[in-house]
Amino acid sequence: MSGYPHRHLLGIESLEPSEIVAVLDTAEGLREILDRPLKKVPALRGKTVVNLFYEPSTRTRASFEVAEKVLSADSLSIAAAASSVQKGETLLDTAKNLEAMNPDMIVLRHSAAGAAHFLARHCRASIVNAGDGAHEHPTQALLDALTLRQRKGRLKGLRVAIVGDLLHSRVARSNVWLLSKMGAEVVLCAPPTLVPPGIDALAPVTHRIDEAVEGADAVMMLRIQRERMTGAFYPSDREYHVRFGLTEARVKRAKKDVLILHPGPMNRGVEIASEVADGPYSVILDQVTNGVAVRMAVLLLLLGGGGGGES
Amino acid sequence: MSRLLIKGGRVVDPAQRLDAVRDVLIEDGQVVSVGAKLSVRGAQVIDAGGLVVCPGFIDLHVHLREPGREDKETIATGTRAAAAGGFTAVCAMPNTAPVNDNSGITRFILDQARSEGVVRVHPIGAITRGSRGEELAEYGDLKESGCVAVSDDGRPVASARVMRRALEYAQAFDLPVVDHCEEPTLAERAAMNEGPVATLLGLRGAPAAAESIMVERDVQLAELTGGRLHVAHLSTAAGADAVRRGKARGVRVTAEATPHHLLLTDQAVKDSGYDASTKMNPPLRCEADRRAVVEALRDGTIDAIATDHAPHTVDDKKVEYEEAAFGVVGLETAVSLCLDRLVGPGLVPLPRLVALLSTGPARVFGLPGGTLAPRSPADVTLLALDRPRKVDPARFQSKGRNTPFAGWTLKGAAVMTIVGGSVVWKDDK
Ligand SMILES: [Zn+2]
Repeated sequence: MSGYPHRHLLGIESLEPSEIVAVLDTAEGLREILDRPLKKVPALRGKTVVNLFYEPSTRTRASFEVAEKVLSADSLSIAAAASSVQKGETLLDTAKNLEAMNPDMIVLRHSAAGAAHFLARHCRASIVNAGDGAHEHPTQALLDALTLRQRKGRLKGLRVAIVGDLLHSRVARSNVWLLSKMGAEVVLCAPPTLVPPGIDALAPVTHRIDEAVEGADAVMMLRIQRERMTGAFYPSDREYHVRFGLTEARVKRAKKDVLILHPGPMNRGVEIASEVADGPYSVILDQVTNGVAVRMAVLLLLLGGGGGGES
Repeated sequence: MSRLLIKGGRVVDPAQRLDAVRDVLIEDGQVVSVGAKLSVRGAQVIDAGGLVVCPGFIDLHVHLREPGREDKETIATGTRAAAAGGFTAVCAMPNTAPVNDNSGITRFILDQARSEGVVRVHPIGAITRGSRGEELAEYGDLKESGCVAVSDDGRPVASARVMRRALEYAQAFDLPVVDHCEEPTLAERAAMNEGPVATLLGLRGAPAAAESIMVERDVQLAELTGGRLHVAHLSTAAGADAVRRGKARGVRVTAEATPHHLLLTDQAVKDSGYDASTKMNPPLRCEADRRAVVEALRDGTIDAIATDHAPHTVDDKKVEYEEAAFGVVGLETAVSLCLDRLVGPGLVPLPRLVALLSTGPARVFGLPGGTLAPRSPADVTLLALDRPRKVDPARFQSKGRNTPFAGWTLKGAAVMTIVGGSVVWKDDK
């Protein structure tokens, strides 16, 4: 298959715009399969995919599993937290053991940034990064982009605010890369303690959410990642919600047809008010379907073709 | 009487302001004379034509890992690596297992060095018991048994009160206090330098200020107490500036820098694709910091180049970046890196580099050597400025293979190492 000449998907940073378009177009074409009564095609029959998840993740893992089933790949999911890792086995040993099964692909979710690069260096299989620490979560950015493109008809020129815990967010990094590569106008917003240094080289940063949301075509809300925090980054959830949370009143500053995206799971009443989360601008259901379609596209582009060069 | 004549080399001895073709005569482990066209009957002759003859190089900052982590390095392998890299003496950091915080461990290290070692080993004792940062170690005993300095390297001395007491008490034994300057609360769980590169990689960073705050504190405490402070592995512009200002007002402060901080930036972490051979502490900094450290080397703020040679097993490094051990090996690459990247492009004149590797470190810890003046120990390093050297970790004498310089091709190398008048390493190619 053409348009995506890599063996791995480790991040958005290293992709060309044309490669992003190739994934989105492929996903668009595959979406139709998901509406069929019999949701199964033999595209990846005989291919083996291992989903290796070191962090609990219901939606990403389920999404990959469905994509693999629809494409008829043989797949195996391992929640590594519950297996040998607790006995002290290293990531490399685990991966090497899995390799004995000759998988064509390993989908990896890990709390350490660079874990997917590490596997790519030491394993023969294609590696798909399903989230590595605070680094990247490329399939999430691709599915967000697919959702935006479907609803808005384009990515170029869209004004997109990315709001919340930028410091710990891999979703933010992948989305900033993707949207800016595709010509969207991105603005970032967080309290100063949650802005990683130098991120303003990729997109402007504001500490005022009203400013960020003003005239936005879409708002991407980021979850406050308490589990990754050392010490307090803000005084209280109450103050966070009041000063930096997405409320009904703030949504009104955006365009009328604004879309609200959240990678989930949400902290209601902290980064997002319940009325907003459940409101008419929410595209969460689209995101679920698009998530499967995008992951099918990635599987197909990496495994279905005649192979390619290095990532 | 054993006599060795090193003939026809370019002798560079900064302590004697000497840079000329000379012969060096060695008798019974001591330099006897340096002169033009010496001829001595019955001496073994080394033809140093085309080579540079320097006082033996001294590395102030080496982790030999013995006792306790002989899987990473031993005194035998570490000193062989030193000899292969052109060093005639190394100072051994005390973060062994157990920590070198008492005379028993110090004597063990010196005994091992006598029986297994290839170059001189000068142990460094701990600042505090167990390097826990609480009670002072017994400096009197440490000094008497052979320690040349004290340090809790690997760990900063977090308490200003403890650091003050160390700087005060160490004066009774004329021991320099070596601090790994890092404010721990700012560097918590950091895997690299804080900045745009860490942001893109999603790795937790330690800001340059974590180092410079501690350097400022220590310089002020040295000023307060009159103690001798040595700043280990200086890596930031602000840290260098604090040392520079301290020196200007007469504070007894010295500093060292490592080849990796002089030559690499945090961009190497990204370019390597999270390769843990780019992970050390202090971390590789940004380009502005790197340039400032080179400048501090040129203007005399930095007294010595030290390697912070930190060997690790492959398993300690072949893990996720944030899980990997801190540290890189340096003994076998330092001299070639400095010749190729500092002297080659004219950033540092050759005599200044020789001073930074010999006279400078000898002065910092008050060690014998550092010059080829008569009656000095006959520790000599010979350099071939044109010798190409490809960095090949598989050929290291060290057990450690963890270098960010693998595959680099460098011009210039140490080709012979003489300790106490005996040739301990010779490179024939
Ligand atoms: Zn240190």
